[in-house]
Amino acid sequence: MSENHNSAGGVPTTGHVWDDDLADFTNQPPKWWMIGLTASAIWVVLYFTMYPALPFAATGTFFSGVGLPGSGQWTAIKELAEDQKVLDDARKQYEDKLESMTPAAILADSALTEYVTRSGKVLFSDNCAGCHGQNGIGSVQNGDKFAKREQGLMAPILLDDDWLYGGEINAIHETITGGRQGMMTAHKETLSAQQIDDVAKYVKALSEGSGDSEAAGKKVFTESDCTACHGGDAKGIAAMGSANLTDKVWRFDGSLEGIKQTITYGVNSGDADARVAVMPNFTTAGKLSATEMKKLAVYVYKFGGGKAEEAAPVAAAAAPASAVEPVAPAAK
Amino acid sequence: MSEQQNQKGAESGHVSTIYHEHEEWAVNMGESTIHAKRMPGFFRTLKYATESLWLIFFFGAYLRWNGKQALLLDVNNRQFHIFNLTILPQDIWMVSLLLLLTAMTLFAVTSVASRVFCGYFCFQTAWVDLFTWIEEKVEGNPNARHKLDAAPWNAKKIQKKVIKHSIWLAISVFTGISFTIWFEDAFVYWHDLLNLNLSMLEWSTLTAFTFGTYFLAGFLREQTCFWLCPYARIQAVMADSQTIFPTYDVKRGEPRGKIRRGAEADSLKLGDCIDCFQCVQVCPTGVDIRQGQQLGCITCGLCLDACDSIMDKIGRPRGLIRYSSLDELDGKPVKKLYQHPRTLVYIGIIFIALAGIVWGLTHLGSMTLRVIPERQPLYVSLSDGSIRNRYEFKVVNKTDKDLHVTVSATGGIPGQVIVGSETPILTHHGRGTSFTIFVKAPADAIKLEATPIEFHVQAVEDAAVVAQYDSKFSAPKR
Repeated sequence: MSENHNSAGGVPTTGHVWDDDLADFTNQPPKWWMIGLTASAIWVVLYFTMYPALPFAATGTFFSGVGLPGSGQWTAIKELAEDQKVLDDARKQYEDKLESMTPAAILADSALTEYVTRSGKVLFSDNCAGCHGQNGIGSVQNGDKFAKREQGLMAPILLDDDWLYGGEINAIHETITGGRQGMMTAHKETLSAQQIDDVAKYVKALSEGSGDSEAAGKKVFTESDCTACHGGDAKGIAAMGSANLTDKVWRFDGSLEGIKQTITYGVNSGDADARVAVMPNFTTAGKLSATEMKKLAVYVYKFGGGKAEEAAPVAAAAAPASAVEPVAPAAK
Repeated sequence: MSEQQNQKGAESGHVSTIYHEHEEWAVNMGESTIHAKRMPGFFRTLKYATESLWLIFFFGAYLRWNGKQALLLDVNNRQFHIFNLTILPQDIWMVSLLLLLTAMTLFAVTSVASRVFCGYFCFQTAWVDLFTWIEEKVEGNPNARHKLDAAPWNAKKIQKKVIKHSIWLAISVFTGISFTIWFEDAFVYWHDLLNLNLSMLEWSTLTAFTFGTYFLAGFLREQTCFWLCPYARIQAVMADSQTIFPTYDVKRGEPRGKIRRGAEADSLKLGDCIDCFQCVQVCPTGVDIRQGQQLGCITCGLCLDACDSIMDKIGRPRGLIRYSSLDELDGKPVKKLYQHPRTLVYIGIIFIALAGIVWGLTHLGSMTLRVIPERQPLYVSLSDGSIRNRYEFKVVNKTDKDLHVTVSATGGIPGQVIVGSETPILTHHGRGTSFTIFVKAPADAIKLEATPIEFHVQAVEDAAVVAQYDSKFSAPKR
């Protein structure tokens, strides 16, 4: 090694010598390297200028930039807008149709129904889930905030097949567009504690299928004003939004204590301890467009609890499931 | 490394031997173009035969099957079409087994007979062979080419060079086209190409492959094998003393020397190698095989042909350069192939991978089903007390037409009702379709919080197209 050592041999050095004989040459970097460095520096300036890094207001918008030649003045915002347009164009074919259709007609078209059920989740989560819970599972209200007493279910579960105002598509649509606010009077003045206890036991037994075992309660139920709203058979009247007391689904709280509370203080009765049940009117609220409310009606209907119209129109049943898709052959 | 060099190292017994050895490695670093001679022979013929397998690469994509491209790796649409078979991303695990299979085949072959892939099949070898063959047709034999390279530029030289490079470029372009048409419809691509209507990706792929081929096969040639190819480097660890590769028989050949007329007595002292340098002249990478196994050797066997033809001419037995193992040269007993554990391990892995692929292809099915139970909520209590579960069905229809499917279930709860498939459901071919199915069951019949249930889908149009999936029916705590 040492005998081959290459001394400076006349090449200019920096003059700094260390470890006896080590020195720095002052050679220029290779020419190709210098050219590369200079070219890069020029490129950086050009790129910084032409890329929308400087807010030149060349064509209106603040961040339009100068643009690289041939780039069509690319900016991230323009790219976003173009991507958004692709999405909007894909949706347009459905959205255009929805505008003029009734919720029932949307439901009859499988392709449109699919579009609504797939895209409705955002609408539902933004506007409905606050009370009805994510996916319509309901939410429990723990008192004080909304109503003075523990509320039980704040808003109905939308997944099941029990509906206060009917589960037909038009009824659901009406609920959204017009809102609902039912009323049950407080009975703390009209019924004695014993009577309330009896009728609560009777109603609970009704839902369990053994209503006849509570004769005292039954007497109270039929002789006081209960039947006026809940009907003689206690199955509720959809037009009034009164609850069906014979099924196994409870609007607020199905425990004996819960039932007694509902009877004593009522619902939306004005009593300080009353249960509160208000479905806002989304038309006057102005938050949702008519199409969005139609979409939500179909979306909620397709949770699984939706009910077909009483008299199914024959023409609708015979029509193809969708204008977009071919008719399914009969199952074997 | 080689026997010869090991001996030298042992003689000097000094740590700097490694540098002496390095000096003896006559590796061409690109300072001169290698113009290898072409000599006919068994291995030359074999090389032509194996290289011609690449014709499949050029023309295989034009094969049609049922009106569609028979072999189409449709990466854009995430589908591989192999004749009737459509492989979707779900089946991609078979591709990893295929990669394992090819890697292990490479390893097994290398452990038995060293760089067979390099010498006979590698695209670099094949394309360089094609390019130099064209060079020979245009510019003449190696001597003529060396002269032409050194000659001053004149009309004739320009003419020859232009012809050669034009043909090279044409092959390069065709290589680029042939690569691309495996990934999209060949005829559509040609149509777009002739109308100069390719996409940016297609143009850049074509350009990259054209210049890549032109540069690698036309100019870089054996330098690729020396300095670029990783496989050339890792092959050393896959070869051992049982591996056969083209070897110069040192004991028989040395001391080498030219035959002189009328010097019979003198020639007796010499070995069989007459130092004719034919083995070096035919070598496509320009190595001297007589220096032993080395980095530059791609084990193509062309030196065997050259040496054998010389041995025939001078009346000495063939095989001075031959395929043999280090054991054989050292005079150790030569083991049989089945006594080579490493090869057996490689072959074992090959069979495992092969079995996996065969199982996969035979169990591919023309429809797959995945069922995702709703988790929020797990179940819904209905007004009559029954319990309802909601399931998201995802059906992948791998056939080539849209099918309607019916849904049924086994297991689950006695008396359960499937809601949502009253009319058969349309599933689009070649992609996934998802739909919602409800199962309603009477509360009294439910015994468990989670009851196993198996869903089946069956096509209405073709009862053989079925798929099933295991799921659970959730219910409240008992």
